[in-house]
Amino acid sequence: MREIVVLSGKGGTGKTSLTAAFAHLCRDKVLCDLDVDAPDLHILLEPRPLRREDFVSGHEARIDPEACTACGLCRDACRFAAIRDSEGVPAVDPLRCEGCKVCVALCPAGAIEFIPKTCGEWGVSATRFGTLVHAQLLPGEENSGRLVTLLKQEARKLAEAQDASLILCDGAPGIGCPVISSLAGTHLAVAVTEPTPSGRHDLERVCGVCDHFRVPVAVIVNKHDLNPAEDARIEAFCRQRGYELVARLPHDPLVTTAMVQRKTVTELADNGFTHFLLRAWKRIGRLAGLGQ
Amino acid sequence: MIVAVASGKGGTGKTTVSASLAAVWDRPLVAVDLDVEEPNLHLFLRPALGEPEEVGLEVPVADEDRCTGCRACTDLCQFKAIVLMGEHLLTFPEMCHGCGGCLAVCPEGALTPGRRVLGWMEQGAAGPAAFLMGRLRVGEAMSPPLMRVVKARLDAMLAESGADAVMDAPPGVSCPAVNAVMDADVILLVTEPTPFGFYDFRLAHQAFAPLGKPMGVVVNRAGIGDDSVQAYCAEHGLPLLAEIPYARDVAEAYARGKVVATLGPEHAARFAGLRDGLRRLHEEAVHA
Repeated sequence: MREIVVLSGKGGTGKTSLTAAFAHLCRDKVLCDLDVDAPDLHILLEPRPLRREDFVSGHEARIDPEACTACGLCRDACRFAAIRDSEGVPAVDPLRCEGCKVCVALCPAGAIEFIPKTCGEWGVSATRFGTLVHAQLLPGEENSGRLVTLLKQEARKLAEAQDASLILCDGAPGIGCPVISSLAGTHLAVAVTEPTPSGRHDLERVCGVCDHFRVPVAVIVNKHDLNPAEDARIEAFCRQRGYELVARLPHDPLVTTAMVQRKTVTELADNGFTHFLLRAWKRIGRLAGLGQ
Repeated sequence: MIVAVASGKGGTGKTTVSASLAAVWDRPLVAVDLDVEEPNLHLFLRPALGEPEEVGLEVPVADEDRCTGCRACTDLCQFKAIVLMGEHLLTFPEMCHGCGGCLAVCPEGALTPGRRVLGWMEQGAAGPAAFLMGRLRVGEAMSPPLMRVVKARLDAMLAESGADAVMDAPPGVSCPAVNAVMDADVILLVTEPTPFGFYDFRLAHQAFAPLGKPMGVVVNRAGIGDDSVQAYCAEHGLPLLAEIPYARDVAEAYARGKVVATLGPEHAARFAGLRDGLRRLHEEAVHA
């Protein structure tokens, strides 16, 4: 079983549209949306829920105002400035609380509770392209890395049960915690970029993270005709780093047209993308070690 | 006034809007990039920057000779950053959130403060505006601690200069994004009128509404997709402060690193109107 994660560094380069198109074009896979913060894959796949679970992770401190002596020790010890005065009594600001338990351990009055937190929900759904494992973090929550790890574990179990040869994952933007978690156990990262200063800058950083964790990279340049000079720089970067540039796709409003219809671009007739994406998928499959 | 430019979905135009606002700002300004994972504002404002300042996080260093295996530290740590394996006290600095708890509870002085490099902070000037950014180290997982350091510097700069700030925030609605916007005076949500844009825009509105701050909206690439964003704004009384029509030549200019507000008088006027709209929202909130 092989695992492929679609990443980009910069948001909005077309990760989800392309993941959905590949999901349309390939067989025997389990799909997984690892952008647990702002997941969009479900919008194109119209999932039918099969299973739904709360995601409980970490804790939050809460001060019992009755028991609190307002000694101020917790406020001084908190490195996250999460303890604030609320009408003369210290109170924990849940948005700032890191869940580190230091205040709980240090409070001489034992006035601070440590409450498990529900950070979001996750589930398994049926879609027209196969099973989808996905989640939604609650606003402002952390532990997205743990949720990403959980989704990947569930996707592996399902893939084994279904005898699927592939887990195809839509990744998060950025280079932080959820992206790093999504790379664990991954055979290939497909980095989607665009020929803009931000696209190239962010591609270089996300590729740096993939190199750091020794995950091979394939690159897709989306909207490649927006700036030929940047396009050429990205190609040179790929050559220099030994990344295969598996596709260059045109900037075409058809992708948005498809999205509005809740379809992948490859589901539209005469789309001009299917040919390129089938070819790209062949190269991605080979790089990921997928038997075809 | 601190304006946080945010969005649920990435790539909707936060940096475009931030750079354009900086270009038309008519008061002293600090332009600050808090998207420390993928900072891009400097690519458009092209500031002259000073030496990068390394930003670190305090993490524990174990002295096994002094450790008696009492487990006070391992019982406290919520992040699996410190583990007792047999008689060996092991630290995993990359897991550490820097809470300082283990250092505080160790009765033997077996833990001493060490440091993990989170990234760098860079300060400089972009034309008349001051410029500040954070840059997360590639391979580092945690952006909020670096963002906190950058925000503390921003606070100091604003206290000294009395300037306004335009802050380019990270995408999403989880802890880095909320961390960025929670100390702003006004939140500007940038979205695009597509199903993905709308879904993430609604998430962002729901995430930021409890902060009780005035919020305004910019629809970028207006004309593509559908009108669900505009309908949602009308329904929820969210002021639509600007619409930037989709145009291929604007997309190409952006792709060449141009600031949209500098492309012509019509563009400059649109962002000046946006600036005034933000100021109005702020004043209404102050007087409310």
